[in-house]
Amino acid sequence: MSFTRLLQPARSLRSMQPALLARSAVPRFVVSPAVSAFHTSAKRLQAQSAQTVITPSSESLGFSVSEVKDIQNTRPIYMDMQATSPTDPRVLDAMLPYMTELYGNPHSRTHSYGWETEKGVDQAREDIAKLIGADAKEIVFTSGATESNNLSIKGVARFYKGKKNHIITTQTEHKCVLDSCRVLTDEGFEVTYLPVGKNGLISMDDLKAAIRPDTALVSIMAVNNEIGVIQPLEEIGKLCRSKKIFFHTDAAQAIGKIPIDVTKMNIDLLSISGHKIYGPKGVGALYVRRRPRVRLVPLLTGGGQERGLRSGTVAAPLAVGLGEACRIAIEEMDYDHDRVKRLSERLINGIQSKVSHVYRNGDEIQSYPGCVNLSFAYVEGESLLMALKDIALSSGSACTSASLEPSYVLRALGAEDDMAHSSIRFGIGRFTTEEEIDFVVSRVVAHVDKLREMSPLWEMVQEGIDISKIEWAQHA
Amino acid sequence: MLRTTFSTVSRSLFAKPSAIIAVRSYHPKVIDHYEHPRNVGSLNKSDPFVGTGLVGAPACGDVMKLQIKVDEASGKIVDVKFKTFGCGSAIASSSYMTERVRGMTLEDAGAIKNTEVAKELCLPPVKLHCSMLAEDAIKSAINDYKRKRAAASASA
Repeated sequence: MSFTRLLQPARSLRSMQPALLARSAVPRFVVSPAVSAFHTSAKRLQAQSAQTVITPSSESLGFSVSEVKDIQNTRPIYMDMQATSPTDPRVLDAMLPYMTELYGNPHSRTHSYGWETEKGVDQAREDIAKLIGADAKEIVFTSGATESNNLSIKGVARFYKGKKNHIITTQTEHKCVLDSCRVLTDEGFEVTYLPVGKNGLISMDDLKAAIRPDTALVSIMAVNNEIGVIQPLEEIGKLCRSKKIFFHTDAAQAIGKIPIDVTKMNIDLLSISGHKIYGPKGVGALYVRRRPRVRLVPLLTGGGQERGLRSGTVAAPLAVGLGEACRIAIEEMDYDHDRVKRLSERLINGIQSKVSHVYRNGDEIQSYPGCVNLSFAYVEGESLLMALKDIALSSGSACTSASLEPSYVLRALGAEDDMAHSSIRFGIGRFTTEEEIDFVVSRVVAHVDKLREMSPLWEMVQEGIDISKIEWAQHA
Repeated sequence: MLRTTFSTVSRSLFAKPSAIIAVRSYHPKVIDHYEHPRNVGSLNKSDPFVGTGLVGAPACGDVMKLQIKVDEASGKIVDVKFKTFGCGSAIASSSYMTERVRGMTLEDAGAIKNTEVAKELCLPPVKLHCSMLAEDAIKSAINDYKRKRAAASASA
């Protein structure tokens, strides 16, 4: 059994591409060849469970083959794109050779195995750099956005410790940023957590007021993972540059979805995640500006790979996958964005036209349309999630979905506690279809109506009682 | 509860791995009560023989309204309805409670403990407050009924 056999499925997928494109009405990227890999909901719901018959042949060479259960028929519709996204088949195609034949260590300098892998990794580095308007030399591969965020915040703070002891971030950052800051507080740094307005955006006046002569770093995320708001990166970057403060942005949810240019936006450090942009899990990148140079204390020390900032062998197949995901994103960002926007409007209008008292959390204009966070008043979010069992959704960040606390992001918006308990996040992505959206709308409408019939709060509102005026006995 | 979790996990090491997932998701009894809630609705609040209990708070994510209609001669609960804003476990707890107290005397109904609800529905520790809320709701409904009767007999 040679590697070529292993590679066959990938090759056949690639060869299908022209045929698929030729057949379709729209000439280019008809939601990519992935349409063949991702069933639409309607197909999935109607599909009969097909019997797979496997007859052993002489080519089996003693390998046993077992039937893979057709999970497509029973799995819910995926609407949790902010937690992770499905891997684009083209990304897998690019990665497979590096998981089989091209197994050389990309840091090996003495033989061709190393050179060929290094070539792939360097190409990936270039594709990533191109997506954000950077130079390939400024990209450092990491294990994901969490590591990138840790490295930039702890790295900058620790390097400039003594001279500069202050960091500015926001209350709605991802947990890995907030927790890095908490660790630094223990090390003697001071951290300012900027509040956000009702729309989820920071105020530039707050930021100006928070800046001190000893501020080392401003870390503000590009697109929020729970409510999708886009912070004013260009203004923040301009202000930070004028004050000679480094500007880090967690762009895990933004890369490949909205245009980002590190030069135009004066970004000094930028975190990238692979699996949020249809790439593989377990890989990310960090952009570290060279001019003016940003200096970091590395988290990992050792062989001095990645300009000494991140020792350890680069996971070449994953890095290549991330590069390919970025290359596809450059080509398809505009198309994807238009499509996601259309689907997003279809979802919001569909729900709001049939159900009253539904509110969107976060700014309506300054936000990424693929992240729709809705509060269904008088319905508890968890019970709605339980009802929508044929849709994979989340009431917020995947990291906190195990706890019962309402989202800290929604609380930071100043949302009433009961509204924070009533929120659900819908994630729309490259592979979401119109049929799926229509199905989701119909289920949401039906279940919200049913749960409201069961809700004492809804009953009170119908009777004209003001719930906010009631003195509730606090339980426990 | 802890012991059952442990035994499920240790069993799962030898049996099918899906048991681990089962620990994290809802118990079938909760799902049954959630999908087919018993006795949803409202009774007339101003009826002198109806007691209403409203417990919890929207800010905590749980509000339960439980109403009982009492036959004065026998002192038994003849009708019971609920409405709940809350997670699946809260809905299941109140639904179970309505089933449980129907036909009971007020004393018996008031003596139901939250542990019984939790045990019946196999609630995980993180959801125990739902069963406590159900206990509070029935007690509050009984108190409301008694208060109403006391007021009625005082004015009579």
